[in-house]
Amino acid sequence: MSDMKITVNVDEYLAVNKYEVDEETAHIELVDEPSPAEFDKLIRVCPAGLYKRDEDGRESFDYAGCLECGTCRIICGDTILSKWAYPGPTMGVEYRYG
Amino acid sequence: MADFDAIVVGAGLAGSVAALELARAEKSVLVIERGNFAGAKNMTGGRIYVHSLRKVFSDEELAEAPFERKITHERISLMAPDSNLTIDFTSDELGRDEHASYSVLHAPFDQWLAEKAEEAGAEFIYGIPVEGLMKDESGKVIGVSAGEDEITAEVVILADGANSLLAKEAVFYEKPPANQMAVGVKEVFELPAATITDRVLAASDDEGAAWLFAGDATHGVFGGGFMYTNRDSISLGVVAGIDAVANGDCVPVYQMLEDLKQHPSVAPLIKGAKVVEHSGHMVPEGGVNIMPPLVNDGVMLAGDCAMMCLNLGYMVRGMDYAVAAGQMAGKNAARAIDAQDTSINGLVHYVEDLENSFVMKDLHQYKNEPAFLESFDRMFNAYPALARDVMNSMFVVDGSPAAPIKKKVLPKVKQVGLLNIVKDARGAMKAL
Ligand SMILES: Cc1cc2nc3c(=O)[nH]c(=O)nc-3n(C[C@H](O)[C@H](O)[C@H](O)COP(=O)(O)OP(=O)(O)OC[C@H]3O[C@@H](n4cnc5c(N)ncnc54)[C@H](O)[C@@H]3O)c2cc1C
Ligand code: SF4
Repeated sequence: MSDMKITVNVDEYLAVNKYEVDEETAHIELVDEPSPAEFDKLIRVCPAGLYKRDEDGRESFDYAGCLECGTCRIICGDTILSKWAYPGPTMGVEYRYG
Repeated sequence: MADFDAIVVGAGLAGSVAALELARAEKSVLVIERGNFAGAKNMTGGRIYVHSLRKVFSDEELAEAPFERKITHERISLMAPDSNLTIDFTSDELGRDEHASYSVLHAPFDQWLAEKAEEAGAEFIYGIPVEGLMKDESGKVIGVSAGEDEITAEVVILADGANSLLAKEAVFYEKPPANQMAVGVKEVFELPAATITDRVLAASDDEGAAWLFAGDATHGVFGGGFMYTNRDSISLGVVAGIDAVANGDCVPVYQMLEDLKQHPSVAPLIKGAKVVEHSGHMVPEGGVNIMPPLVNDGVMLAGDCAMMCLNLGYMVRGMDYAVAAGQMAGKNAARAIDAQDTSINGLVHYVEDLENSFVMKDLHQYKNEPAFLESFDRMFNAYPALARDVMNSMFVVDGSPAAPIKKKVLPKVKQVGLLNIVKDARGAMKAL
């Protein structure tokens, strides 16, 4: 990703949001061994920065901070996402401003 | 007998207005919203142009609407990494009540709209995502399902927003293409009303600014930055083309927003302010090119789920379309119920009304615009830099002998290419 730097820790901003996390069911799931090129797309487009690759190249995704925007579904719904649904009743993010 | 005359999916602008019209026509209507209250799952820029609300509400009712501030300053910036050229427009015409525009926040605004529909007799249930549509043997939509529950209606109105998971079942619309959708990321900053007023040079705490940034706000990727003043907060965000970001050599969208916040022309606006929310939402930007069919047997689509939105680079518009489309959907649904024909033939008058209204006229009018902007890299890279260089050569005085402006400016223009500028100007005229 060229020379432009990541200086922000989005998790700190997500921490000010209100969530009711469904611990039992993930509403978004990835296929096993997703293509790294497709995963790169998700790293760039997810407004919550939930698709991550650490320094050792390990990929991770945590649905808990999801903003339910659907962007990952539009770009990778037919490639490396195996499931995209809205969280179950009363679950997920709750905006107070919007 | 169906459980309800009508079911509306989604308590956004389109959904609540559709329900309001149905209730006014004395139809039984149930709105099902997946958020725990109207607006709880929703985000916008944003600013609403009031004209379409004036067709739904009286002046007295609108006086109570939770508008944040009337927009009396329109600002557009060409932003380079190390400079920013801003045009600040204000006029008496801009602020006239009949066609004014107001900054809004979805959570309070959608709740107010839902309350209005409820007062008129619509029923709402919250916290339930509709998962599927019920159909009869002929394929006509006759209701909705959520988990084990099924509820039937003469007509179902989808108003479930840009990320509709139900459009596929309703009208066989898979999903919009990534190169016609943008992703928005926004943060809300809390500040005292008077501080905001002073910082944007507004006349009072009831007035404020809309501010759009082209160029470095998205580091040259198709899109832009936006700022809207609310009463006690500032909405600041970035909208960027999903395909452009996914396939571009660029930082993630949330980093674009972080960089915008640090830009010297933006940082003073939010100095000392606390981030109280970080949100994300999609924006359809293709207009009529990516529209799904608007009706099918037993079902109608209104608002963002039907891609009734425009992203012109210098403005995003979807809320006034959603209100108008919701109103037309509600009225036509009520008529179809009265005529006992909610088949596609009975519902098609909705499409005719839309075609005759500003909604479809606008969406047709601008149909070449997104493609034009998308391929218009210079707007996001070369022009902000050109603006900087021209301004620098006009305003930086270092004691060297003054050269005529033409002599200073022409070399800068040549860097971009005179023909390119002419070509872009023509392209812009044609698309607009
Ligand atoms: C960053 C950004 C900036 C924008 N700026 C502006 C602006 O300045 N001016 C402007 O006019 N427009 C702007 N827009 C566009 C505008 O916000 C939308 O066009 C408008 O909100 C669409 O209204 P709607 O009623 O169609 O959909 P929404 O407001 O999205 O409402 C859809 C509702 O349906 C609910 N829902 C979805 N699926 C289900 C389900 N399965 N079951 C139950 N409920 C469901 C959702 O929770 C939501 O409440 C902006 C958008 C974004 C993202
Ligand atoms: S829906 Fe939006 S916020 Fe949630 S994971 Fe996908 S891109 Fe990220």
